[in-house]
Amino acid sequence: MDHVRIPGVLVVLAASLAVIGCGKKEEPKAVAPAPAPAAAAPAPKPEMVVKIGHVAPLTGPIAHLGKDNENGARLAVDDANAKKIEIDGKVIKFELLGEDDQADPKTGTVVAQKLVDAKVAGVVGHLNSGTTIPASAIYNQAGLPQISPSATNPKYTQQGFKTTFRVMANDIQQGSVVGTYAAKDMGAKKIAIIDDRTAYGQGLADEVEKAAKEAGANIVAREFTNDKATDFKAILTKIKAKNPDVIFLGGMDAVGGPMLKQMKELGIKAKFTTGDGGCSPELIKLAGPASEGVICTQAGLPVDKLPNGQKFVEDFTKKYGQIQIYSPYSYDAVMVLIDSMKRANSVDPAKYLAEVGKTSYDGVTGKIVFDEKGDIKNGAITVFEIKDGKLVTLKTEGGTAAAAPAPAAAPAAAPAPEAKK
Amino acid sequence: MDTLIQQLINGVTLGAVYALVALGYTMVYGIIGLINFAHGEVVMIGTMVAFTVIVSLAGSGMPPLLVLALGLAVSTLVCMVLGWALERVAYRPLRHAPRLTPLITAIGMSIVLQNVAMIIWGRNYITFPPMINKQIYDLGGASFTNVQVSIVFLAALMMIGLIYLVHRTRIGMAMRATAQNPQVASLMGVDINRVIAMAFVIGSALGAIAGCMVGSYYEIAHYQMGFMLGLKAFTAAVLGGIGNLAGAMAGGLLLGIIEALGAGYIGDLTGDFLGSHYQDIFAFIVLIIVLMFRPSGLFGERTGDRA
Amino acid sequence: MSTAIKSLARHQHWLALLVVGVVLLLVPFVAALGGQAWVRIANFAILYVFLALGLNIVVGYAGLLDLGYVAFYAVGAYTYALLASPHFAIHLPFWVILPLGAGLACVFGVLLGAPTLKLRGDYLAIVTLGFGEIIRIFMNNLNAPVNITNGAQGITLIDPIRIGGFSLSQSSTFLGVTLSGPQKYYFLLVGLAILVIVINIRLQDSRIGRAWQAIREDEVAAKACGINTRNIKLLAFAMGASFGGIAGGVFSAMQGFVSPESFSLMESITILAMVVLGGMGHIPGVILGAVLLTGLPEALRYGIEPLQKMVFGRLLIDPESLRMLVFGLALVLVMRFRPAGLWPSPQRRRELSESTD
Repeated sequence: MDHVRIPGVLVVLAASLAVIGCGKKEEPKAVAPAPAPAAAAPAPKPEMVVKIGHVAPLTGPIAHLGKDNENGARLAVDDANAKKIEIDGKVIKFELLGEDDQADPKTGTVVAQKLVDAKVAGVVGHLNSGTTIPASAIYNQAGLPQISPSATNPKYTQQGFKTTFRVMANDIQQGSVVGTYAAKDMGAKKIAIIDDRTAYGQGLADEVEKAAKEAGANIVAREFTNDKATDFKAILTKIKAKNPDVIFLGGMDAVGGPMLKQMKELGIKAKFTTGDGGCSPELIKLAGPASEGVICTQAGLPVDKLPNGQKFVEDFTKKYGQIQIYSPYSYDAVMVLIDSMKRANSVDPAKYLAEVGKTSYDGVTGKIVFDEKGDIKNGAITVFEIKDGKLVTLKTEGGTAAAAPAPAAAPAAAPAPEAKK
Repeated sequence: MDTLIQQLINGVTLGAVYALVALGYTMVYGIIGLINFAHGEVVMIGTMVAFTVIVSLAGSGMPPLLVLALGLAVSTLVCMVLGWALERVAYRPLRHAPRLTPLITAIGMSIVLQNVAMIIWGRNYITFPPMINKQIYDLGGASFTNVQVSIVFLAALMMIGLIYLVHRTRIGMAMRATAQNPQVASLMGVDINRVIAMAFVIGSALGAIAGCMVGSYYEIAHYQMGFMLGLKAFTAAVLGGIGNLAGAMAGGLLLGIIEALGAGYIGDLTGDFLGSHYQDIFAFIVLIIVLMFRPSGLFGERTGDRA
Repeated sequence: MSTAIKSLARHQHWLALLVVGVVLLLVPFVAALGGQAWVRIANFAILYVFLALGLNIVVGYAGLLDLGYVAFYAVGAYTYALLASPHFAIHLPFWVILPLGAGLACVFGVLLGAPTLKLRGDYLAIVTLGFGEIIRIFMNNLNAPVNITNGAQGITLIDPIRIGGFSLSQSSTFLGVTLSGPQKYYFLLVGLAILVIVINIRLQDSRIGRAWQAIREDEVAAKACGINTRNIKLLAFAMGASFGGIAGGVFSAMQGFVSPESFSLMESITILAMVVLGGMGHIPGVILGAVLLTGLPEALRYGIEPLQKMVFGRLLIDPESLRMLVFGLALVLVMRFRPAGLWPSPQRRRELSESTD
């Protein structure tokens, strides 16, 4: 009996080796022509392939946002290739390696390692804070710059890594704008706050609460739901009894849409506000007429108000359809990587990493400058209102010197030399 | 007071939704003692099919109620076929397998159905077109809609219909016989394969109807919507005593009311230590307490170990 | 049977062990040829072997259907995270925390076991499932009023496992061989896995193991035979939970970050699927199940795109959608054709072929 068991283990190992073997067979395809450190060859315009990694959940509950991010990055790569960018005497052909992390932290690290193995020159991603943070340690060890287009957890850039950047305002930046806006501009005395208990929703809601209290408003209710829920009537009823002026939701559009409809059914008159997760055409689609009058914020300048933003919207919708939320940011994130490579005149992460921190780039979401931690510096936050089923700009807070004064003016992207120190 | 009435209305509607789905679980479990974990996905497919039919017919100028009825009919049909296929392909060959085997199959089927739905209907959330003109009624400061009324009504109707089917018809008798002892039932001339297939078909039809109602109530659909719904409904079925039709209804309503009142009042009672973030926990805690004292649920028969 | 054959069998035994040892030793280096990602996958596979063997005690030996196993994994992970990170500014060494995590998980195991002693089958399943969710929801919400777990934001910058100045997360060189971080964790995990395998084997044929089996087959009969079913069942929960706790601690150290989303119900279901798919109660089967279910989705990640291109000449469906689809189908098909699991214990296979019920 006993010796039956041992060969058993052998088979397991054989199986595991076979699995590994499979991976190896695919490997030659995945190996990048390693970015040559020196370009000695005087050949006329040799081509070079540079891989850029992108990670977002492409399966699971927020797969639609993940695909949106990936499409944004893909468009950026296509645009960059169309320009035939030359770095270090070579025409660069960028290639996007899109991976799925299933919004699972464990898969996130495996995928991150896979990108490191594939010798990508930089990474755009991940989408969720929960996968971005554990993956960042791996990119940091490999010295790869990582730009997240959507992870808003402040801790991501507070780990002391030199490789972490984000082109999205973090929760603290955005939350303070929303909270102050609700209390000051909307004149709300009583505010009810709901969050969806995700890292994003919770973080944002906490900051909104802080800012609103500072601005003199009263938090009359703090309620919670989860990101998979569709029935919010119990918490809404409780909130209704407290009779707030404003309700804030820290959560995504898929929660906001049904919530707005249910607010209407319960006869709640309070104004509804939310952050970037709910500030999307998707919310309007899901809530229908109930979305009228919703106030929401997005990081960056209004995309369609910037000259290159308009082009992005056109190109993106033509190729992939409706923009969800973060694709403009993933577009910008790729562009920032490429821009840094150009300035460093190298595609070697070790060489161009320093340049990423010195970025001053006019993207489709506004001017991108990083602070010493890698957060977007003084990132602009735009407040929108939904009118007639469209997002209408109300106001822009913050933003760099160049962009802030004229959020609505067409040539807002005029370069500001002093912004780069 | 109006808040309490409103919370009760919320709870009853939510409970009726759970009950609608729980009836499907219990129908199958009552006959062959199998947890059809993929039932939540059947509900999802029902919603999606109804959505497709309704959207494609919405512009045709037909009266909305007819469109809704057609959507319901088509999705019921599709789900019946799906239920039959599930039983035939995935569960029938495993009838004599160890008890956990069909559970894993069900989980596998549930992953398959989710991903098929993702390929067909995409990753985005879908707005379910409102076909019933929503009317809001007022009851002492609390409000409810005609959709809510019809959900509760439909759930009750379906439960009564099922009880009638199981206890008063020939096929129902065959079902009860099969549930008690399949071998003896087959000796008595019951075609147990047909009976079990019927249970799946009926359960899936219930799932389709539940899906349509869930879709028109929340007006939102997504390929992952079935999982949480299925889980809650399963909890409801166990709470009421799985296998018992009236129990599923009671369990569903109880669960819905616990969730609504829990989210509404526990926060105030505990000084906001246990707020609505623990909404999902209340249901489970009640479940554990109920099962501690009544190990077969509220209305479950004291059956032996279903090995 | 002649002594010659007997001694040959004995030799085979040792030879097989030797081969296994060599193969285990080589895996991280062979895997590294395909990239460090494969070493990480191997690590997760072994972590799941560990978890699956822990759950096997509860489900496979004692026959108690537990759908909330991930709760103990979470308890272990959070114990490590809280006691070795800047969150509370406590940095205890791993040899203190791992046993502590195991002990705490064990307490939770008993806590779960005690009220559910009377429950059977599917009722037990739903209660354990509820328990798993309760733990996860508490982890997700205990950031207020007192911040204990930092809620959904999770805990960052968790210390890696360190022995003196030697950290398992960085690469270092021994005797001319350079080992990367994941490779070092591999050896730690293999060591732990061997430990749990030995414990499992020893338990299987012990008094306790037989008592568990008796309960699995017929609880009333077991009680009539004088087995203290209450204590023996609690013991199964406690032991299974402790293994989950250790695995959680290692996971925490390896990832450097924990958040409640790692401990979802899906995780419990996956671990259960490993146990059942491989062959409940049969150690090699469970190991096979764990390795396959961890490796398969990753192998598909690498393989499905080239395969589609090869068969159809282009990409018909994007690989991500197909990957999980194939995974689900594989679960269904394996169960269809090998209902007792891929590698059931010989005893169980016999039972199945004999009985019709």
